[in-house]
Amino acid sequence: MATEDLSLLKAEAMTQSTLAAVDHLPVMPLLICFVFGSVLLMLRRRVDLHPVLAIPGLALLLATDIAILWQVWTNGTMTLMLGGWLPPFGIAFTIDMMGALFLTAAGFVALACGIYAAASVDPVERRFGFYPFLFMMIGGVSGAFITGDIFNLYVWFEVMLIGSFGLIVLGSRHEQLDGATKYCFLNLVGTTFFLIATGYLYGLFGTLNMADIARKAAAMEDTGPLLTLVSLYFVSFAMKAAAFPLNSWLPASYHTPRFVTSALFAGLLTKVGIYAAIRVMLMIFPPERAELSVVIAWVAALTMLIGGLGALAQSDFRRLLNYMVIAGIGTILVGLALPQLPAGTDTGPIAIGMSGAIYYAIHSIIVMTALYLAAGVAAHLTGSSSLHEMGGLWRHNPLFAGLVLVLFFAVSGLPPFSGFWPKLFLVRATMSADMPWLAAMVLFSGFLLTIASARVFALGFWRSLPAAVDAPNDDERARIVGERFSAAGPEKAASLIPLLMLTAFVVIAGVWPEWLLQMTASATAGVLDPSGYIDSVFGGRP
Amino acid sequence: MELALTFATAVLYSIAFYLLMSKHIIRMLLGVVILSNAVNLSIFINGRLTTIAPPLIPSDLSVPVDPISNPLPQALVLTAIVIAFSFFAFLLVLSYRAYQDLNTDDTDEMRVAEPKEEGLPPLGY
Amino acid sequence: MNSLILRFAAPYLTALMALFSVFVLLRGHNEPGGGFIGGLIASSAFAIYGIASGVAPVRRAMVFHPVSIAGAGLFLAVISGLGGIAVGEEFLYGVWWFPTFMGTELHLSSILFFDIGVYLVVVGTITSIALGLEEKGRN
Repeated sequence: MATEDLSLLKAEAMTQSTLAAVDHLPVMPLLICFVFGSVLLMLRRRVDLHPVLAIPGLALLLATDIAILWQVWTNGTMTLMLGGWLPPFGIAFTIDMMGALFLTAAGFVALACGIYAAASVDPVERRFGFYPFLFMMIGGVSGAFITGDIFNLYVWFEVMLIGSFGLIVLGSRHEQLDGATKYCFLNLVGTTFFLIATGYLYGLFGTLNMADIARKAAAMEDTGPLLTLVSLYFVSFAMKAAAFPLNSWLPASYHTPRFVTSALFAGLLTKVGIYAAIRVMLMIFPPERAELSVVIAWVAALTMLIGGLGALAQSDFRRLLNYMVIAGIGTILVGLALPQLPAGTDTGPIAIGMSGAIYYAIHSIIVMTALYLAAGVAAHLTGSSSLHEMGGLWRHNPLFAGLVLVLFFAVSGLPPFSGFWPKLFLVRATMSADMPWLAAMVLFSGFLLTIASARVFALGFWRSLPAAVDAPNDDERARIVGERFSAAGPEKAASLIPLLMLTAFVVIAGVWPEWLLQMTASATAGVLDPSGYIDSVFGGRP
Repeated sequence: MELALTFATAVLYSIAFYLLMSKHIIRMLLGVVILSNAVNLSIFINGRLTTIAPPLIPSDLSVPVDPISNPLPQALVLTAIVIAFSFFAFLLVLSYRAYQDLNTDDTDEMRVAEPKEEGLPPLGY
Repeated sequence: MNSLILRFAAPYLTALMALFSVFVLLRGHNEPGGGFIGGLIASSAFAIYGIASGVAPVRRAMVFHPVSIAGAGLFLAVISGLGGIAVGEEFLYGVWWFPTFMGTELHLSSILFFDIGVYLVVVGTITSIALGLEEKGRN
């Protein structure tokens, strides 16, 4: 075998350019997650070291994510071909503005939850691998946001699922096993649908690289089969995102594990489904998405309605939050349901709506995580998360109650916090797209969430810790109440720091929304016109 | 050949969905296994059934001499098998634990996380 | 399982299967085989040993906890990807090294270490699941 033969073959199949240090950035979040995760797995006997190692690891992850966001913001979409194989043969890691935004938000809530868990997860559960599973799940989530290959996206979905399965059964209490069974089966079936669709996609296009599929789909003549394919993708992503009518697994399971696990799940897992739906449906198959927009609009409206009504019906703080997550998913889907104007115009309703939807997704990641963490603190302080038994938080912890009030304002979409602007954008976009009923539904669901939040705040925070405390006389009752609230001790700081971090974002993104709006507008432009994405992968080659 | 395999896939899918719609976890488990096999088979067919020569290159060459079958679907199926296998192992342990702890494998009776009679949330102080 | 024949044969069977799994792992370099299938063979070896003589002897024989073995494998697989970055190429780029050891040219590569990592991950996770099920089956 002649060596020049081999080098010729190599030139055809592998990248030739030299790499700068910054070119390796796309792989770094995964590297950090798996190096830290595996080291913590090996140190399973030294649970005292877990938080000490994990929190700096998560901080490093967030720093890397911010570096990627900065790099993408200043220099545009970046691509790394794994193993040096040229596209479309090798697996591409491609980060555009949308991916970078989701990635950074994920890193942010991961750090917050990591700090919170240092105080709230006991050593036995750490030994069973809370932090390794956390890293594995964050690795899966980050991989899904980074990858530019659709089969690889499926693999990251599964990595994320394995991590989340580990987290949800941690502790194995009865209701956890019950919730985990439903969660695991339905999510597995959801990702299997994704795999079916991907198999047929490969049969149609003969390629799995998303940029390659996007340009081949745009040039395709006979697009009949694509609609079936996109519908199948929509089913699987709707299942992952818990959109109506595939949402029943979420309220059955999210309130069963530890509060910090619920917080991670609520923030991240459903949003990965949303991200994949935007990426696949809007970027790769825009005409088919436009065909389905009426269906998506109905799904979005019903998801918002079921979320709002479900939240009103719950008497447990955490189960109420489950439905708030669902309502948020419906709101994000509104952005995906807007009709698209002909090519060349980039200021149509879809551009405004998608920008609002991505903004809302980022907001929802952060605010839902914060609310579940807050529910954890509230349950720790009052000894219960049932609205029948909570109370007295405003009087005993005004700082904490104030933070929660901010979060409730944000989740209901009230100004001046981060939930307001995206809803404004979505309402404007639906009005200009001539869908006033959808706009009304966005507002109505916000109204329902406002009532639900007001109820939690009135009962759990304003009301003095009431007759729920079982005591013979008033003095005794006061003593018991006082004991409960003084018990917080050293755990207080570790649980308040993450809440402060997340609430700070909610306030900043609400009062100074311009910087984030610029980023989401740029992310939307990148999704609506994928030429930048395609150029980044193929670098102008045919 | 394609037709026969497509038919086999259709049968596998129907069995899998029938089993998944059952109330009993053990049947759902079997459904998951069959579903993953159905998916693998459909991916394999989607890679086109060409020649049966395995995609192996003799050690003294750098390109195959004869036409070989498409290796990519095989790689995809292999990945999917590995994932499906590990998930099945996990689900098996989980279902067994749930069966032991909850004393039922009927999903209608698994109401620990969502109790049946909960009553209304408090309507006022 | 209380069978004299199985209890007597299991250690030999386990040793043979463990050896065979290493053979399959190394053979996977150019021929069918590899880390995943090798790992499955090794973990079924441990599972057989567990069925024959109980879970505790298997845990003792493995020295490290199966989960730690999986962690080490994951670590090795990730680190082997860094070889590509070290030679100025992309992550996971295959780096080859042909040392001569006792007159034979060895073909070592970062891919081999990746495969060993996969082997350890599979051994660790599948063995821990199998041992978990065997422990449960007893009580």
